[in-house]
Order: sequence, then C-alpha cells, then structure tokens
Amino acid sequence: MTMEPILLRARGVKNSRTLGSYLKRGGYKALAKAIAMDPEEVIDEVKASGVRGRGGAGFPAGVKWSFVPKDLAKPTYMICNADESEPGTFKDRELILVDPHMVLEGIAIASYAIDAHTAYIYIRGEFVRETEILVKAISEARRKRYLGSDILGSGYELEIHIHRGAGAYICGEETALIESIEGKRGLPRLKPPFPAVVGVFGCPTVVNNVETLACVPHIIERGGAWFAAIGTERSTGTKLFCVSGHVERPGVYEAPMGTTFREIIEEFCGGVRGGRELKAFIPGGSSAPILPADRIDTPADFESVAEAGSMLGSGGVIVMDDTVDMVWALENLLTFYAHESCGQCTPCREGSDWALDVVRRIRRGQGRTKDIETLQRIARFASQGMTICPLGDAFCLPITSFLEHFGGEFEEAIAGAEQSVSTHLPVLPVRSDQALFEAEEVGR
Amino acid sequence: MTEAGTLPLTVATVEVVEEPTFDDFMESEIKRILKRYPDHGAALLPVLWLCQERWGWISAGIMRAVGQRLDLSPAFVEGVASFYTMYLLRPPGKYLLQVCTTLSCQLCGTSGIVDHLKEKLGIDFGETTKDGRFTLVDVQCLGACGEAPVVQINNDYYTNLTEKCLDEILDGLGE
Ligand SMILES: Cc1cc2nc3c(=O)[nH]c(=O)nc-3n(C[C@H](O)[C@H](O)[C@H](O)COP(=O)(O)O)c2cc1C
Ligand code: SF4
Ligand code: FES
Repeated sequence: MTMEPILLRARGVKNSRTLGSYLKRGGYKALAKAIAMDPEEVIDEVKASGVRGRGGAGFPAGVKWSFVPKDLAKPTYMICNADESEPGTFKDRELILVDPHMVLEGIAIASYAIDAHTAYIYIRGEFVRETEILVKAISEARRKRYLGSDILGSGYELEIHIHRGAGAYICGEETALIESIEGKRGLPRLKPPFPAVVGVFGCPTVVNNVETLACVPHIIERGGAWFAAIGTERSTGTKLFCVSGHVERPGVYEAPMGTTFREIIEEFCGGVRGGRELKAFIPGGSSAPILPADRIDTPADFESVAEAGSMLGSGGVIVMDDTVDMVWALENLLTFYAHESCGQCTPCREGSDWALDVVRRIRRGQGRTKDIETLQRIARFASQGMTICPLGDAFCLPITSFLEHFGGEFEEAIAGAEQSVSTHLPVLPVRSDQALFEAEEVGR
Repeated sequence: MTEAGTLPLTVATVEVVEEPTFDDFMESEIKRILKRYPDHGAALLPVLWLCQERWGWISAGIMRAVGQRLDLSPAFVEGVASFYTMYLLRPPGKYLLQVCTTLSCQLCGTSGIVDHLKEKLGIDFGETTKDGRFTLVDVQCLGACGEAPVVQINNDYYTNLTEKCLDEILDGLGE
C-alpha cells in the first residue's frame, strides 16, 4: 500500500530543516491551534488518535499524558527520548535530519497539554551533528516566538533544552534516562512510582519517543479521527520502519501500520540482497524475538507481530539471508547486551555475561550437550519480572527465539564439538569458563 | 552559542592538564548550563562534555575540578564519568575511530573493515598509534544501521564504507 508520507513528507525538500521551509508546509499551525484549545482537549484529541508509543513499548500517548496529576504545587516536565540506541533502529535520527521543527512542534504541543514549561531532549552523545541541527532549530523557533517566554502571544512559556547522553544504551530506558538528566549513572529505577507521577527532579514527567512526538502536530492539525483511520484498528497511523542487513535498499520507510513485512522487505527494499533466500528477520529492534522466513506475511502492527511470536518494538527490521550462521548472530547480540547491562540486577548482569560465554564456546567448537539447557535456564531466571528494567527480557528473548527457530544449528555445533573432543581435541577454557562450569553445577 | 546547548568543537585537541582551571568562556558556559536545570547536580554531564571538548579527555584533575565547581565529591564525579563510555578517561589519539560492531553492520561486512584498519594502523582495539594520530575502538550500534558499515571519526559518521573509501577518508584527514 502506498500513500502520501506524513512524517517523512519533507524528505527531498530543499533546506527542509529550516524554519522557513517548515512554515511553508504549514508548520507550527498545529501549535497555534493547540494553544487556543484547552489542554484537556488536546489530550482528548491525542487519545482519539490512538497513537501508541514508538519507542518500543507501544503505550497510548494520550493515556500517558492524562496520568500526570493536576493542580500539584510541583512543576511538570516533558522529555523527548532521542537516545535511539536499540540495534537496528535509526528512524529518530532521520526525523531530526529531515524535519527537526516537526519534532520541536510535537514537543511544544505535548508540553502544553501536560502544562510543562521546561522540556528536555535527551539525545545520544554520538549524534553530534544531529544535536547541532536541533540547537539551531531551537534558536530559530525562539526568535520567531514559537518557543520561549510568550509563545505566539499566548502567554504560554516553554523552554526546550538539549541534554546529551554519553554512550550508554540503558539510558534509553525512561527511568535511567531521568537519572542521567539528573547527572547520575544511568541506573533504571523501580516502578512504580511511574515517571508521570515521580519523574525527573521528583516531579511528574512524561517521556515520549521522537517519532511519537512527531505524530502529534499532524494529529492536532488534521484530527484524531483522521489519524485513527490510518493503519489498523488498534495500531493507528503510519510507522517508520528502519530496514537494515541483507536487503538491496536498506533505509527508513514510512508505511501504515499493518503493512506486511513482505511488502516492506520485497517492495520497499527491493528484496534480499543479491537475490538470495531470506532466512530470518528481527521485526522490531534487536530485543524483539527473531522470526523465520515463513512469517514474512505477518502484518507489521503491534497485535499481529505479537501473534506471530515477536514484537513490533521500535520498528527496526533486521534482515538476514541464508548465509547467516545463527550461533554467530546470537553471539553478536549477546555481546551487545553483556556490554550494556547496567549491573544493578544479578540475573541480568551475570546472566548476560554467562549466556555470552556459553554461546561463544558453542561457536568455537567447545559446546557441551547441556549448553542449550543452560541457556534456557538463564533465560528463565533473567526475564519476566526478575529484573528492575526490561533489559533482562531484552537479552533473553533473542536467546529463546533463536533456540526455538534455529535450535538445530546450535545442536549441530555442539554435536560436532562433542565428537571432536572425544577423539582428539582437549577442551580449552574460554575466558572465565572454569568458574562458569562450576556455577552451572551449583545451579543444577 | 545559543541558549539551548553547547555546540561541540569539531576536533578535540588533547591536552594533559594537572590543575585545570575554567577560563571565562567556560565559566560563562557553566553558568548557562546551570540555568537549564533546577538542580546543580544535573549540570554534571554537560559540564563533563564541555571539559572534554576543551581538553580532549577527562583526567583525574578535571574530575576534581568539576566536582569542586558543582559541589560534588570527586568519587561521585568519577563514578558518573566512568559509567558513560563516551567520556574518555585516557587521552585518545587525534582521530578517534569508532567502528560499529553490532549486528546490522556485521551483516554488511564490518569485519573486513576492522581487519583492514588493524593491519593498516598496526594497532588493536583500544590502542593508539605510536604517532598519536589514531585511536581505534569498537563500539555498539551507532543508530545508522541502514548505512552499514558505519565508522564514527571524532564527531562525524562515515557510512556505507568499503576498505577503499575508508583509505581515502583516512588519507584526507590531514596531520
Ligand atoms: C533497555 C531499554 C532501552 C530503551 N531505549 C529506548 C530508546 O533508545 N529510545 C526510545 O524512545 N525509547 C527507548 N526505550 C523505551 C523507553 O523506556 C520509553 O518506553 C519510551 O521512551 C516512551 O516513549 P513512547 O511511549 O513514546 O514510546 C527503551 C526501553 C528499554 C527497556
Ligand atoms: S535489568 Fe539489567 S539493565 Fe535493567 S536495571 Fe537490571 S541490571 Fe540494569
Ligand atoms: S548496527 Fe551499526 S549502526 Fe546500528
């Protein structure tokens, strides 16, 4: 299904980042409209649109905004999450590069709706050029009174500040992000209390993803019902799909929710690179369970992807052709999680390292029969509420899904190893393997 | 400079400073940063960035000075600085080559680039060339997976890399 792009409509437009260009395509009209409305009405419109969080969890944005307590003596804060560190995800960067004012307008409307006068954009530290673009856009908007002390003559005041991260995946998690803004290590907090009640500086805070906020001006301008009519019944609007890996034309594509992965991979991206066979794809960023090629007709919306056994997540589609060794791919992903675990919870800190060690030794031809069971046990211990934040699940879901769909490759690698071990090769310890074997015996 | 944020310098110059002091420019930046937050502790990350832009890395002396300026203990500052991988606690070479080694980049041939870089520069990950020009590090997903393989050199992304174009980029970097 092809349609007019909404979020990416400025792609290819000359000087699309400038305020002048943004105004030419109707920019900041939605902000003027919102400010003339009651904040409650703005929230209702966003609720009516059904727009769900694009950062991974898919929580309805309007509902989240309505959780902010009213009439507290404390200020409220708006945070735009531009940390974008989930492997396979690169859409927020695209939005900032193409249309930064659209993101700012979304932040401004959201801030108005929750009565915030300060908003922070938390942007990952590596995005230096993107930070410069936002800095420039903010000062342009301030000069013309789309931001600042008296927005469009309404008396509403909002300052947007940029807070740069400094290289920590976990700071994409909203409570770790809040800690990081407060100047601390990015350690996730226990929830509840949720940020909408106790967030940054102890005040009510709403955290939304860049793409979620980019939808907001369009919703206000054209109405919640218009947005809700796009996509599926429960996954409304368009979604940015970031396709990477083995496709002919990787990149960011905008399509209505419910577009099938076949359309995304074969039509938008020109199919698997070099005409090879599709082996598997990860539909929603590296934390989402991997799906085998035969699920390619799954529609890309929150419900359908869940039914197919995975998650729509951030919309990062990683495509793998028939040359990919799945033991190698899992090792790569676990390297990421072992590196990024913040270390607060034992199951996540130890489990991610341990699982990596096990997969690594399987790939090096030193696997053991019990290894698959061990991996499954680690996954049981570190997921489903055993940890403070969902990073525990994020590294376990790849493990269980790789084993479910491609367990044969792991078994083969282990069987090969057992044979060679019994005939001639000694078992060489890999890293801290010796201690790990002991731990495995104790855990039994 | 604007209200919203500090514009990063293009290339960090690496200096060894035992007893760093904040000059007028830095002091005015710090004041500006402090105004963005209701709590002075929140200025820690931006002030560390400011220092890294000024001196090229975060030495123990810098951590002490930052702690003093923001009324935070040196241990706290070190705890925070060491949590975030982008604060360089050791002086890097003039060009910091950060190679993304996460899945999408690996699927598109990063390992060839890594081998090539290691051989060309004669260093391994985490090392700096003897002439102090290049430091090579492996990093996790840089959020540009559609243009894999990706290498970040100081503040810029270089994408869709091949060994050949990487050579041209490195040769064009200047002394
Ligand atoms: C480990 C982890 C990493 C995350 N990284 C990001 C991220 O990089 N960007 C993002 O927008 N949300 C990320 N999230 C989700 C946020 O916690 C939060 O749900 C989201 O920013 C809320 O915005 P939304 O409702 O608009 O999606 C992450 C969550 C977890 C558990
Ligand atoms: S689950 Fe992992 S990343 Fe999340 S708080 Fe616990 S240790 Fe940290
Ligand atoms: S995997 Fe390399 S940029 Fe994302």
